[in-house]
Amino acid sequence: MTDSALIATVDNAVLAARGAGTPVAFEGVVKEYGATRVLHGVDLAIEPGEFVSLLGPSGCGKTTALRVLAGLERADGGVVRIGGADVSAVPTNRRDLGMVFQAYSLFPHLDVAANTAFGLRMRKVPKADAAARVAGALELVGLGHLAGRFPHELSGGQQQRVALARALVTEPRVLLLDEPLSALDAKVRVSLRDEIRRIQLRLGITTVFVTHDQEEALAVSDRIAVMNAGRIDQIGTPEELYLRPATAHVAEFVGLSSIVPATIAGGRAEVLGMSLPAIGDHPDGPAEVFVRPENVRLGGPIIAVVQESTFLGSLRRTLLRTEGGGLLRMQHPVGERVEFGERVGVSIDDVPVAVRGVG
Amino acid sequence: MSAARPAFAPSPAARTLIGVVLVAFFAIPIVSMLLYTLRDVDGGTTLANWAALADPANAGRYRPIWTGLGNSLVLALVTVAIVLVLLAPTMVLVHLRFPKLRRPFEFLALLPITIPAIVLVVGLAPVYLVIGRTFGTGIWTLAFAYGVTVLPFAYRAIQASIDAVDLATLAEAARSLGASWFQVLWRVLAPNLRPGLVAASLISVAVVLGEYTIASLLGRQNLQTALVVVGKQDPYASVILSLCSLAFAFLLLVVIGRAGARRSRPAPRTSRKARP
Repeated sequence: MTDSALIATVDNAVLAARGAGTPVAFEGVVKEYGATRVLHGVDLAIEPGEFVSLLGPSGCGKTTALRVLAGLERADGGVVRIGGADVSAVPTNRRDLGMVFQAYSLFPHLDVAANTAFGLRMRKVPKADAAARVAGALELVGLGHLAGRFPHELSGGQQQRVALARALVTEPRVLLLDEPLSALDAKVRVSLRDEIRRIQLRLGITTVFVTHDQEEALAVSDRIAVMNAGRIDQIGTPEELYLRPATAHVAEFVGLSSIVPATIAGGRAEVLGMSLPAIGDHPDGPAEVFVRPENVRLGGPIIAVVQESTFLGSLRRTLLRTEGGGLLRMQHPVGERVEFGERVGVSIDDVPVAVRGVG
Repeated sequence: MSAARPAFAPSPAARTLIGVVLVAFFAIPIVSMLLYTLRDVDGGTTLANWAALADPANAGRYRPIWTGLGNSLVLALVTVAIVLVLLAPTMVLVHLRFPKLRRPFEFLALLPITIPAIVLVVGLAPVYLVIGRTFGTGIWTLAFAYGVTVLPFAYRAIQASIDAVDLATLAEAARSLGASWFQVLWRVLAPNLRPGLVAASLISVAVVLGEYTIASLLGRQNLQTALVVVGKQDPYASVILSLCSLAFAFLLLVVIGRAGARRSRPAPRTSRKARP
């Protein structure tokens, strides 16, 4: 594999300093802006060396939670622990963090090497030692050849790479990533995302990643905390969140779903004439269920009309209108062609579905 | 080709005319002053008036000028220090920590421009009685008043730089990398606010070197009051020294401007959008 070959060749001071990782914990953290409460007692325990994403729509409190962890905001209640110690009274510059921001945050008056060396300079690391570590960190993000450039001479992706090197060069206990990819274009976003994960695994550094992009979170995280209106809805591995969402919000936010009317009876959901197991306990009666497009397939008792069919390269996604008038998304192999307006029969796989009450 | 010219740009002829009028506006008084100093009593041209300035026999008559010049330089220095050490960090603090205070602070900072110096002195006189008792009557204490008079100009210059830089993100990045607040100010914010700080210093120096009213009414001696005193006895010397002080101020501003732009700064970021 090219990745492991790359990893094998990259060897430097940063890698040599790989630590065991530091645990991080939020315990009942509350944050208020005036009369508005933006964090309602957040509890989250992050294991040493774990990559945890805070995922949620804008305004859900994920960035605030990260800023409280960084010490850039003061919590109005609860405790934040880094390495087991309560850091509530420790200022940001003493928390031993590395942070990458959404906005480009390189110091415009310093070149790439000087930017990267900044944290070492603040820690009074001897110059020769610092130079070697800066070179190692820049090599780690693949920018060793740009050490003499100034930030305005770099692309957005390069700037964020330097910011990452700058955050990692001090060997911080925790790496904080505040939507570092959202200003970049799609292709750079994916490659930098994978690179961040590769470096994080290599260094074993505890990492908290804030994002509103569920695909990004699913791709890189050990665990994801899905946030909604200042609370954590569910904490789990990407698979758990996707396959067994704890709440309707998680089901809606993580992955793609069709929301279909259903009737709950005895723990099962009657959907379009089919009976599917329901996730969680719900009272009998009308409800809505979340049906994943990959669980809908051609051939079956549900009669529907093709509204549109989109070719996505490796697969095809088709929007169906059922006889009841509801919409249903289906994901199927490219070879199975359907025409616009065609009447087809489909079925839904017998897998658990998330349920949302109505009314 | 005229087609390359934007529609709103003046024609070459109009541009030349504007240039000539402007140059004339500034040059005529200065050249007139120069010609006046070169004039002989019987209409001829002579350098005698300039030579008299260097004559040891006249040293006593011109002494106030040198005292005034020294005083003005001290005042310029202390005023710039007030701007850089007191005003600039306060503005950064308001911007980062107390954004709600920005409007009232701006109003306060621009207020002195609406108050004529002569009115200001009415209020300053009793204040300086107290200052005299606390700090003594050293000339440098006048810089407190000058700090107020340069406030509107220095404020605008520094604020323009603050608005051009994402101070909050830079400060937070530096904090997360282990910088104390002083290091954030000194190592990160000051270098990025440099154009504004230099401009504010330039304007402060220019204002202080040209200040007459406050110094005169508070009974202090600076360059301008000295020029007036000497001018009453010796009109030639007064005009020569005015010319010299103009040239001196010009030189000083050039030197400060150069010093401020000493390092080759990267082009300012005008946009925070990503470049792929």
